[in-house]
Amino acid sequence: MASTSRSPRRHPIRVLIAKPGLDGHDRGAKVVARALRDAGMEVIYAGLRQTPEEIVRAALEEDVDLIGLSILSGAHMTLFPKVLALLKKNRAGNVPVFAGGIIPDEDARRLRRAGIRAIFGPGASLEEIVTTAQKLARAHS
Amino acid sequence: MKGSGKLPPAARAVVEGDRRALARAISAVENGDPSADAILSAIYPRTRSIPVVGFTGPLGVGKSSLINALVSLLRARGRTVAVIAVDPSSPFSGGSVLGDRIRFEGRADDDGVFFRSMASRGAAGGVAAATLEASRLLDAAGFDLVLVETVGSGQVDVAIREIASTSVVVLVPHLGDEVQTLKAGLFEIADVFCVNKSDLPGADLAKRDLAEFVALGSTEGRWSPPIVGTSTLETKGVDELWTAVEAHESYLDASGERRAGERRRLASEIVGLVRDRVGQELTARLEGDPSLRGLLDRVVARSLDPRAAADRLRPSARPSR
Ligand code: B12
Ligand SMILES: Nc1nc2c(ncn2[C@@H]2O[C@H](COP(=O)(O)OP(=O)(O)OP(=O)(O)O)[C@@H](O)[C@H]2O)c(=O)[nH]1
Ligand SMILES: [Mg+2]
Repeated sequence: MASTSRSPRRHPIRVLIAKPGLDGHDRGAKVVARALRDAGMEVIYAGLRQTPEEIVRAALEEDVDLIGLSILSGAHMTLFPKVLALLKKNRAGNVPVFAGGIIPDEDARRLRRAGIRAIFGPGASLEEIVTTAQKLARAHS
Repeated sequence: MKGSGKLPPAARAVVEGDRRALARAISAVENGDPSADAILSAIYPRTRSIPVVGFTGPLGVGKSSLINALVSLLRARGRTVAVIAVDPSSPFSGGSVLGDRIRFEGRADDDGVFFRSMASRGAAGGVAAATLEASRLLDAAGFDLVLVETVGSGQVDVAIREIASTSVVVLVPHLGDEVQTLKAGLFEIADVFCVNKSDLPGADLAKRDLAEFVALGSTEGRWSPPIVGTSTLETKGVDELWTAVEAHESYLDASGERRAGERRRLASEIVGLVRDRVGQELTARLEGDPSLRGLLDRVVARSLDPRAAADRLRPSARPSR
């Protein structure tokens, strides 16, 4: 109803899960979204074919503690750095970004250096993804 | 904006249109963060009681798609619009997948639009505890209108009435028996009926059935909910839907019901806040405060009944300290 209690308590972690670019593989993103939900997080699932601008806009409006990007199309080397750059431009460079999908090891190394905080590939354990999400989000908020 | 200099910084940022500050203020309200009190009280005098239009109805009828279509229409007419879309929280994990944004076109460069997903966090009735105060923040931030999408649990999504100036009940052709359950509850709050997915067969029949239902309850001189057929696939009927919403908003002004309705809603908001605060305080004191613990002990021992104990705890009955 009309009221909110004012006692401070630990709030649920808010995560944006988005798929940048023209990539129709959404199973991984959905599996990860569900795992994070089951761990008590509020997951804003933005769906397919998001531009980096839309993703950053959504992250700011939704005031998320963490952004998760999923790409299996191979376009990660252009799209991920664009998201990071736009976040910085919007003075939100402190919002952690992690990612998953089909990302070769060498690319993953370079992306981590560019600021993607963690990267998971096929078969990655959901438990590990959840723990990483908690660690990244709690450090941010 | 003029005269915002005296506000505390977080509230000033909200009224000056800082979107990040607005998003954070909404989170503060959702989280029961102590900082929310100061922001809400500072912005309250600046709120204008803008139209808040609720969209409610069973799962998957097209509430989000309609809101997306209406946002396009309203932006084309130069109105700024904010959306709050509520989805359920899991009663087990407390988590939630908020998926209404999927239907929302990005509009990444349009500052006349703001979209916020919100988890119900255990509130019943189809909206979250923070939905009302969040819409007030959006009002203070200067948006012309707020559109609210409820959880979509059907019959019980009636709390939107406490927030919205106009409630649109969205249905689709061939709901079958579900319509019967909706009649008690959801139908009673409708200011406008929308039969979405009118591209599917059966839409005319559904509209006729609704018209019969509406005719049964209509009273001379009172608002009678219009029935609008829409399709977001073919973008049909969306401007008629908005015309019906505006007609209801005009009726509210002409009839004096806007003021009466707002007065009623504010009264219920105040009562709700008191109930919450007193409830929390009492819950703590019933176990913590030795004299009150004695009262609870007596109820447990069957020497006092719960109603008699409650009577003694009413503020007016409380001994002065
Ligand atoms: C199923 C599948 C499809 C389905 C997709 C169904 C759907 N709705 O998702 C269909 C048949 C539609 C499809 C189509 C295509 N596919 Co396909 N597809 C696959 C396949 C076999 C499995 C993908 C999958 O769903 N895995 C299950 C999920 C759960 O795993 P996952 O996505 O990897 O996610 C895990 C991790 O990566 C990580 N993760 C993923 N996202 C995120 C996000 C975050 C934030 C985090 C933390 C973690 C994380 O966690 C998950 C859990 O472990 C892969 C091969 C493979 N083994 O990966 C090819 C594959 C991805 N497809 C490929 C290709 C080329 C295509 C097509 C272009 C084929 C074509 N020529 O038509 C089309 C393109 C479709 C499109 N519009 O984009 C290639 C991509 C090559 C590349 N990137 O270099 C692959 C790798 C096959 C291959 N070896 O060539 N595909
Ligand atoms: N045929 C048809 N399908 C529609 C129409 N509007 C929406 N849909 C489809 O109906 C499904 C649900 O649409 P949403 O807009 O997500 O419905 P919703 O009521 O917001 O759903 P929840 O939030 O899950 O309750 C989607 O697959 C839409 O594409 C319409 O006018 N005609
Ligand atoms: Mg929806």
